[in-house]
Amino acid sequence: MRPFDYQRARTLSDVASAAQQGAAIIAGGTNLLDLMKLEVMTPERLVDITRLDLKAIEETDDGGLRVGALVTNSDLAADMRVRTRWPVLAKALLSGASGQLRNKATTGGNLLQRTRCYYFYDTAMPCNKREPGSGCAAIGGFNRIHAILGASEKCIATHPSDMAVAMLALGAKVEITDRAGNDRTVSLDKFHLLPGDTPEKETVLEPGDLITGVVLPAPVQGRQIYRKVRDRASYAFALVSIAAVVDVKDEKIARADLAFGGLAHKPWRDAALETALVGKPVSEAAFDAAADILLKDAKPQGSNDFKIPLARRVLISVLKEATR
Amino acid sequence: MTRHLTMDEADTRRRLDDMVQGTLGTPFDRPDGPLKVTGTAPYAAEWQSADLCHGVLVRAPVTKGRLKAISDEAVKALPGVLAVVSGEKMLRNPAQGMANEAPVQGSEDIVYFGQPVALVVAETFEQARHGAQALKLEIERDEDFAIDPNAVEPEVPEDKQSSTGDLDTAMRDAAHSIDAVYTTPAHSSASMEPHASIAEWDGDSLTLHGSYQMLKFNRNELADSLGIDPKNVRILSPYVGGGFGSKLGIAPEAIAAALAAKELGRPVSVSMTRQQVFETTMRRSETRQRIRLAAGADGKLTGIGHEALVSSLFDEGFTEPVTQATPFLYRGENRVIGNSVARLNRTCAGSVRAPGEAVGVTAFENAMDELAEKVGIDPVELRRINIPDEVPSQNIRFSSHKLAEALDEGAKAFGWDKRNAKPGAVRDGEWQIGMGMSSAFRVNLLIESEARVTLKADGTAEVETDMTDIGTGTYAVLTQIAAEMLGLPPENVTVRLGDTEYPPASGSGGSFGAASSGTSVFLACEEIRERIADAVGCTETDLTLKDGMAIAGNRSTPLTKVLDGQNFEAKGHVKPGEAQKKVRQATYGAYFAEVAVNSVTGETRVRRMTGAFAAGRILNAKTARSQCIGGMVWGIGMALTEDLVHDPRYGQIVNHDLAEYHVAVNADVPQIDVILLDERDDWANPLQAKGLGELGICGAAAAVTNAIYNATGVRVRDYPATLDKVLAGNT
Repeated sequence: MRPFDYQRARTLSDVASAAQQGAAIIAGGTNLLDLMKLEVMTPERLVDITRLDLKAIEETDDGGLRVGALVTNSDLAADMRVRTRWPVLAKALLSGASGQLRNKATTGGNLLQRTRCYYFYDTAMPCNKREPGSGCAAIGGFNRIHAILGASEKCIATHPSDMAVAMLALGAKVEITDRAGNDRTVSLDKFHLLPGDTPEKETVLEPGDLITGVVLPAPVQGRQIYRKVRDRASYAFALVSIAAVVDVKDEKIARADLAFGGLAHKPWRDAALETALVGKPVSEAAFDAAADILLKDAKPQGSNDFKIPLARRVLISVLKEATR
Repeated sequence: MTRHLTMDEADTRRRLDDMVQGTLGTPFDRPDGPLKVTGTAPYAAEWQSADLCHGVLVRAPVTKGRLKAISDEAVKALPGVLAVVSGEKMLRNPAQGMANEAPVQGSEDIVYFGQPVALVVAETFEQARHGAQALKLEIERDEDFAIDPNAVEPEVPEDKQSSTGDLDTAMRDAAHSIDAVYTTPAHSSASMEPHASIAEWDGDSLTLHGSYQMLKFNRNELADSLGIDPKNVRILSPYVGGGFGSKLGIAPEAIAAALAAKELGRPVSVSMTRQQVFETTMRRSETRQRIRLAAGADGKLTGIGHEALVSSLFDEGFTEPVTQATPFLYRGENRVIGNSVARLNRTCAGSVRAPGEAVGVTAFENAMDELAEKVGIDPVELRRINIPDEVPSQNIRFSSHKLAEALDEGAKAFGWDKRNAKPGAVRDGEWQIGMGMSSAFRVNLLIESEARVTLKADGTAEVETDMTDIGTGTYAVLTQIAAEMLGLPPENVTVRLGDTEYPPASGSGGSFGAASSGTSVFLACEEIRERIADAVGCTETDLTLKDGMAIAGNRSTPLTKVLDGQNFEAKGHVKPGEAQKKVRQATYGAYFAEVAVNSVTGETRVRRMTGAFAAGRILNAKTARSQCIGGMVWGIGMALTEDLVHDPRYGQIVNHDLAEYHVAVNADVPQIDVILLDERDDWANPLQAKGLGELGICGAAAAVTNAIYNATGVRVRDYPATLDKVLAGNT
């Protein structure tokens, strides 16, 4: 760990003035501290935002929910409104990490957690995300947990969040305050980026930006499911996960909001897949066709080849369950 | 006075059965438990010392090469940095268990990725860690390295091959046969406490607070590594947070701490990071095992082939003894048993819980499951009819053999009769349900051990030995043995362990610790009983000791009165002898598992597990049960998740932390039931107790994978049975 300055922010303007080049914002620190110990991340200054007033969960006028950036994963998962109206989110949260980590991890921090790529964590290995231009050791290496969708020649890492997958299926929006104090809102499906040529840039956040909250739209009609497949029963990241909000009317699919984890550099949503499902009669053929669309450009890397058939099976199973 | 025993013959006196205190064998709580759960038992890195500074090991970031130079000026200029230590005394890797001498030394020759080549010392741990990460190493890379065990010509050591009869003919003539290859990956001990040492010099004398399993050997290894007299070395390891073999031999952090402490004239603490624990402590070798079974129409074995390929680092004597138990498992006169070893540029391979049987019996018990199906008989019955009358081809008998009873008792308790033998026949919604079983085997050993027992004038007793308690319950069982023999309530017995100033014990390893060190305590107590008997005027066998009273004839005398202001002190000393050659001593058991395999995802969940074990006299019902449960939890990990992955290009360990090296977590572990059979093995030692610490893992994983087969019809022969492998066969 490199020596660093520590500053506690009491107001948003404290953050703005402190969050200069070389600074990192810390809330729960469940990922950042590990990365700092390994010197994968080496901020010169930590700006502690845990005293900011961003811990509220409030209903919005239109029946949605605003979740403060500092609401812990445990608190959000336990919120009765979330449990009853957005159960897919509660389930996703509880399938992530461990009780101790969820007590510390925050909503904003969860969106910003870094990949679990083994090579990203080992500073003796090349990694374009850690050290742009150095190469990607995961390509041609052991890549069981890596991406099959949307990867690039520069990076095949996956985003590890469960929470973000559920929020993506729910159409969440991220509220951001910039250094000048201006607020903006970014739809979650535009928030995370694919690796392309700049895998070090993972979100649309600019220096000085702060996530202040996440807004869930009012719940829609439909069955909510979160299914996570992993290598052990708990405390493991998703190999494949699916968040689904699916509605059936007159034996036809009326809604199919589907988001996927473990497949790509960001929580994955595929509009073509959803369009193909909506309006179709509930049938195995429709589910198969949806899986074809999801996986048509899938590219395996060797140790993650199994993710292609696995994603297909899990998608079909989730759709069956959701339309049963 | 010292009472010596060389174990040449069976001890049929069973003296412990004559004792009446009633503490031995009970589920007596660990005396060290409250200290541990309140965080007040000091582990190695927690010793407080004025002026303590901290060192962090520096890893070689290449697979093979030569360390030409270290540019340390920049690092030495960092805040708090005190020294950079390197050189010919640094350890390349830990010593193997009971090596009793230094392992390969020197930081110049780099032979595996992650090899510790230097130590950066600073005022704080954080400063040292940053210095270690910033240190510039000038390395001449050597690209001519070997990391794939299947791509090199293996050594075939003559003493590790044996052959009797004609297996090829037996295979040809067999009514049923199996010829299959199984693989197990490398494993890490992943003990909770990382390896750590604090070294402190007083003139020429070194004191090391370390986390070690076998102190009398570690002392010599440390002294030899430093080139000093072992008399000038004291090691303290009163509490060890798990070892599982990874703390058998002195390791790089201890020598580095000692070198730095000498150079700086200050105590130095060196803790490995979790990543270093994975990279630089012993791993269990991966194995490739070809198993051949030839059987008659009735399932009786006529031939056994078990040939293993393992790997290790260059110049290491230890190789994973995969076939160690194979000679005595089952009948079958035609045999080919062999071990070969590939020398690789990978982290050193050494002992990890139950070296040999953990992986060897597991694969063998998979093959037996395959054979049972071919023959068309119940897997339990196949084992039962193949239990040999004596050790095949050696003409020696078994000291005691309880496999049949373990199979019966385990099957009954588990409800094995409810198993549907047809694979893939039982469903519960999306889940396919199956049951599997396997036998457990582990060789039993006795290792030289000494202890001192003092019965003090106040009627309390002290036990002192450099034996360790690595979480196994040594404090508890030695307390119980002394209390039982001396007729004292256990709270009046204090056990002191983990200090080389005390008489040298066997150490903890190979499941021999409790029986070996327990025997030394027993012998010392026997000696004290003689003195008490003399004092009250009876023979030792006529003496009854209970609750601090000496009872002889019709007279009951308080021990304090017998002692009359004196302390009675005695040492016990046991050595292995002819008994280990005259008979085959081993422990036996049987595992039964029920699994659910998800038909969509291939995920396996163990639903319940039962193990029945025979290991001689059970010294403590609670710690024994815990050992068995722990072993079976390891078995679940081995079966389903544990896989220490080496990068296919550079050979470094890729998943070197607990997030990605998947040990079984709570949610993976179901109800586990343990049955401990009543047994006395007179050939083992005067306690009639045998080793138990490893028996719980010696085949456990096979019960799980055999259950996966029963659930799905998918035979996973390459461990672990991750969902992708199950799915590949289950479409």
